[in-house]
Amino acid sequence: MDLKDLYRDVILDHNRQPRNFGALTDPDTHAEGHNPLCGDRLTVWLRFDGDRIADIRFEGKGCAISTASASLMTEAVKGKDKAAIRELYDRIHAVLTQPDAAPPDASLGKLAALAGVREFPARVKCATLCWHTLNAALERSADAVSTE
Amino acid sequence: MATPLASASRSFDAERVRRDFPILAQHVNGRPLVYLDNAASGQRPLAVLRAVEHYETHTHANVHRGVHALSQAATDAFEGARERARRFINARSSREIVFVRGTTEGINLVAQSFGRSRLGKGDEILISALEHHANIVPWQMLCEQTGCTLKVAPINRRGEVELEPLLGLLTGRTRLVAVAHVSNALGTVVPVERIVQAAHSCGALVLIDGAQAVAHSPIDVRALGCDFYAFSGHKLYGPTGVGVLYGREELLEEMPPWQGGGEMIRTVSFERTTYNELPWKFEAGTPNISGAVGLAAAMDYLESLGLEALAAHERHLLAQATAAIERLPGIEIIGTAAHKAAVLSFTMRGCHPHDLGTILDSQGVAIRTGHHCAMPVMTFFDIPATARASFGCYNTEADVAALVAALEKAREVFG
Ligand SMILES: Cc1ncc(COP(=O)(O)O)c(C=O)c1O
Repeated sequence: MDLKDLYRDVILDHNRQPRNFGALTDPDTHAEGHNPLCGDRLTVWLRFDGDRIADIRFEGKGCAISTASASLMTEAVKGKDKAAIRELYDRIHAVLTQPDAAPPDASLGKLAALAGVREFPARVKCATLCWHTLNAALERSADAVSTE
Repeated sequence: MATPLASASRSFDAERVRRDFPILAQHVNGRPLVYLDNAASGQRPLAVLRAVEHYETHTHANVHRGVHALSQAATDAFEGARERARRFINARSSREIVFVRGTTEGINLVAQSFGRSRLGKGDEILISALEHHANIVPWQMLCEQTGCTLKVAPINRRGEVELEPLLGLLTGRTRLVAVAHVSNALGTVVPVERIVQAAHSCGALVLIDGAQAVAHSPIDVRALGCDFYAFSGHKLYGPTGVGVLYGREELLEEMPPWQGGGEMIRTVSFERTTYNELPWKFEAGTPNISGAVGLAAAMDYLESLGLEALAAHERHLLAQATAAIERLPGIEIIGTAAHKAAVLSFTMRGCHPHDLGTILDSQGVAIRTGHHCAMPVMTFFDIPATARASFGCYNTEADVAALVAALEKAREVFG
């Protein structure tokens, strides 16, 4: 196993300087994620413009993989609508978990840097925590809308 | 102080000990395995593997139930293991040795049998702030069941259980004090002798969680004076799924059975069941016979190494590792008690313990990262997790050097 494959420069950079880090003022919704095994904690805040994510920020304490994954995620989903996010999530999930998944194509953008995580099964949960948290926030906003 | 430690260590031949552990001969991620996760579980020497294999190959049948030869041989092996365990901790009688699945089950047995039958509203149980979840949760469950109260003696910034505040929490209502002998998260050796004296003078009983102590120094339950002592086989180079609960005979005698079933009864009718005598009263169902045989072999093995010499060897490794990693930039050692055993917990600035664990693994170095089933300890130090290296009989100075080199590698990756 090659450490450079896991800790690529993009990952180390986003760990050291996470983008969109810190609470969002006036969020429409938020959710908290927790991985009790390693103690990682994460909050994701969202503001919508119609069906699109107008702004997203996160905050939390975690390992380099979980922090970088969250940072990359916020950049990737900003401006996208829910259907596009769903599709992106399915693709990144496949990249992270399926040993024989096709190598990530260019459309994944910087998220492709997470492909090395696949070789480290114990770390997959670190990379997916932010996505689960985002999904929870999206569901919560859908619930809120539907109960209005 | 350094000289006697160093010379004691030289008299202990860890390189020779290594050869007794076939699992250590492998490579992990292309590097020779450096196993430093002994606090989670030790490896098994050939003597244990062979004893278990011999039992399974030649001796197995159910115990205490047949007149046939194998059943008798299996019973002899199982009861022989009990006598071996008695000698290992210097209990007065083998009636005081109850085979359980491990430390966790031993503590739960005391909580449910002793606790449930004897404790009620107004009674107090005292633990310390450095306990493993196995010595917290069973007492919380008991409090819910009986209305008794759980009190927690604090630790200081070095991770020591200080006597003064603990004594302040001991009252006439304290019925049981349950403390670790050695902390698995911090390495602290707890002054259990003093705690036993103080608790007894208040009329409270004492349970010691010996999970992390038994593989590192000789244990004498009579000298300690404790009422209960629980430990696991797999932490002293024996099999998983077997452990011992020691209890003073008078106490066990009065305690009601915990689980019901075969083995623990004398006679059963639908009107009335009478219970077996000690220790079988607490051993419902077919026990882990091969596990007990393996555990006895592990005890033979450990004593053949010499527990005093082993303790000195591990102290030497701990001192050496502590001095070496303290010099690395950004390292903070968590748990700096004056008296520690075989456990080195730490964090590295800018590199989460989880990342450290992965990087060390890539170098063949196995350590544990996480909260070590001691979440309140992590909360106390305001950290999510630590990296923990823990030493055993087969670890060498070369292992310490490999640990340090792997940490330097982590520093390099994380800049
Ligand atoms: C201090 C302490 N107590 C209790 C336990 C629980 O032991 P087991 O899981 O073998 O029952 C452990 C093991 O991690 C421990 O280190």
